[in-house]
Amino acid sequence: MAVYAAPVQELIDELGRLPGVGPKSAQRIAFHLLKLSREDALRLAKAVVEAKDRVAWCTRCFNVAEGELCGICTDDRRDATVVCVVEEPRDLVAVEKTQEFRGRYHVLGGAMSPIEGIGPEHLRVKELLARIDAEEITEVILCTNPNIEGETTAMYLARLLKPLGLRVTRIASGLPVGGDLEYADELTLGRALEGRRELEG
Amino acid sequence: MLYRDHGIVLRTHKLGEADRIVTFVTEHRGKVRAVAKGVRKTKSRFGARLEAPSHVALQLYEGRELDIVTQAESVDHFRDVRTDLDRLARAVTMLEAADQLSLEREPNPRLYRMLLGALRSLAARDSPLVPAAFFWRVLALEGFEPVVDACVTCGTTEDLVAFDLSEGGVLCRADRRGQALSPGALDLMRRILAGRVAGVLEEPASPATVELEHLAVRALEHHIERRLRSVGLLDRG
Ligand SMILES: [Zn+2]
Ligand SMILES: [Zn+2]
Repeated sequence: MAVYAAPVQELIDELGRLPGVGPKSAQRIAFHLLKLSREDALRLAKAVVEAKDRVAWCTRCFNVAEGELCGICTDDRRDATVVCVVEEPRDLVAVEKTQEFRGRYHVLGGAMSPIEGIGPEHLRVKELLARIDAEEITEVILCTNPNIEGETTAMYLARLLKPLGLRVTRIASGLPVGGDLEYADELTLGRALEGRRELEG
Repeated sequence: MLYRDHGIVLRTHKLGEADRIVTFVTEHRGKVRAVAKGVRKTKSRFGARLEAPSHVALQLYEGRELDIVTQAESVDHFRDVRTDLDRLARAVTMLEAADQLSLEREPNPRLYRMLLGALRSLAARDSPLVPAAFFWRVLALEGFEPVVDACVTCGTTEDLVAFDLSEGGVLCRADRRGQALSPGALDLMRRILAGRVAGVLEEPASPATVELEHLAVRALEHHIERRLRSVGLLDRG
């Protein structure tokens, strides 16, 4: 039994396919869109089409790009010998926002998950290895998520990269700024202790 | 209704923006799937506690389909396992098997204890035979203890040279079917099934340990009627 008119149901179904959108949220967003003026709704539709048409993946680092290469890869002020490896383009954005990193990136397109059967062959690992010599990379910073999949991926990549004579580093995972020590879990606190640094005094 | 239990985290799935569905094998309730709210935020009070293969003391709120994690205290986070790629891969294979073998809300305290024991052995020393020993003992627990004393066809105890997965036992030279089995692998298998696991785990890697490792995986896969996805994952690429 159809509850909604066909076009409405179709919209709800499409929205429900988006990551993180459950059936309830899909309904809510659909009715929000229906309430918009025709102009506002078309602007959203046009933005989707534009992005799909104009944006592709950088052929070097697999960041989103408007041309062959992304804005970071074409910026010659950036240090080409240091590469920061991330899981997804949104992680790249997060690192960029720190303004602490002036090298290039490599987007893996996910993380290894042995229990799901997701292995290195499903990620852009070969592409990373091919870049090492070609771009004379001397340091790789492994910036995958501090969860089990991200750690597995980082350990796997370290095993591949270290024998090549590179400097391979992993971002320190420590305590969230603004958090209370007593709420930290044991593993996070342990790692924070491990990654401690000398204070100037 | 709130309840308490001990559990081992088998796997997690992302849910919505910041939550995860965590699958546990628990001491008293079998497999439990529960929502951990906000766990992907860096300020989550659950943090790394709800990541595989953590052993946790839990308080949960019972729901219709999914329960909700209200408290999680770490009992053991198996740090030495998590920080060693090979050990982690072995642990994940055992978690995958436990996930396949346990049923939701159907108590199986012996499976829980065997898995916990196997993880502790792995934390103490990296032996490639930890999963193999776990698999053979779990199969025995499930009522599929392989016959290793005598040929499953004629009953002879001499010249046992093969193992057949569907027969679930060893075979003599005259009746041989299935796959070849070396005397060394047969000896290891007998010691595991007799409960003398500690000695077996001290064995250095050899063709016999590799053979037994593969045979144990095949036997478990035969029993659950599907492949273990995590096996050999690190060797691909
Ligand atoms: Zn790029
Ligand atoms: Zn026989």
